[in-house]
Amino acid sequence: MTLRPLTLVPVGIFSLIAIVLGFYLWQVGPGGKDISQIPSAMIDKPAPQFDLPAIAGRKDGLKTADLKGQVSLVNVWASWCQPCRAEHPALMALAKDGVTVFGINSKDKPENARRFLEGLGNPFARIGADAKGRTVIDWGVYGYPETFVVDATGRIRYRHVGPINPGQLDSIIRPLLKKAAGR
Amino acid sequence: MFLFILLTSLPALAVQPDEILKDATLEARARTISKELRCLVCQNQSIDDSDAPLARDLRILVRERLSAGDSGKQTIAFVVRRYGDFVLLRPPFKSSTLILWLGPVLILISGMAGIAIWHRRRRTASAGPGAPLSDDERARIDTLLAGKPD
Repeated sequence: MTLRPLTLVPVGIFSLIAIVLGFYLWQVGPGGKDISQIPSAMIDKPAPQFDLPAIAGRKDGLKTADLKGQVSLVNVWASWCQPCRAEHPALMALAKDGVTVFGINSKDKPENARRFLEGLGNPFARIGADAKGRTVIDWGVYGYPETFVVDATGRIRYRHVGPINPGQLDSIIRPLLKKAAGR
Repeated sequence: MFLFILLTSLPALAVQPDEILKDATLEARARTISKELRCLVCQNQSIDDSDAPLARDLRILVRERLSAGDSGKQTIAFVVRRYGDFVLLRPPFKSSTLILWLGPVLILISGMAGIAIWHRRRRTASAGPGAPLSDDERARIDTLLAGKPD
């Protein structure tokens, strides 16, 4: 039996599909790509308009205008969020290095939020309390914690979902802060 | 008894009583829109189905937008601006989703074309006169028909 060129067409199509699908499989497996993370729609857009009061019993609060003038991190956290506790040392380390870290305390009880800061330390330059969780919707937040890199003009440059682990601090966050400062 | 329970019980709703709007028409529109929006925490449920706190916040948001006079499209656009196309349970038809929408049709068409070509080839092959028998073949047929062993 001789193989006609046309016989090879289905084989070719099948191999192509297998390669493409295989590549996606590889990405989520050995490639280590996290498909549970949803790309942010807010990247390269100005930070949303908001004006949040301070956590009751504190005197700061956070509003859109505060984000202009310096590169900053905006961290969405809550005392009830366990990964936020895990991430806390990373934020403390950044604050110690002189990075401006702002906090949005979401859907939290003021006394719990204050206790969190008193017990673990306060890395935040300013904190706004988003009691109803409406401002974080404007930021497109869907999980806790989330951290945004905001450049000096107040534009969102990067969104990190989940706790920043010590490795990511050096591999992702610090290079991005440097890049945003150079813009 | 079982049938009675089956017929009288209502499905468990994620929508809480305090979220429901007084205006029944508006509430119905809110429900329709909520069924189109993905809960980003559970990802395979709509916000209408999900018990996640974020889904509740978004349900309330949808109702607020509608009560404020937004159309359904404006309300959905409001959420998409914040969460991206991923929040839509039905992906939109645009350049980045062309393969998703047209892929199955293309595969179907190419499959049908393949079958059509295969059929046509088979028909022409069987209808053709074929090559005449060689002398060897004739001799072999003769021996077979005569029933003599080789």
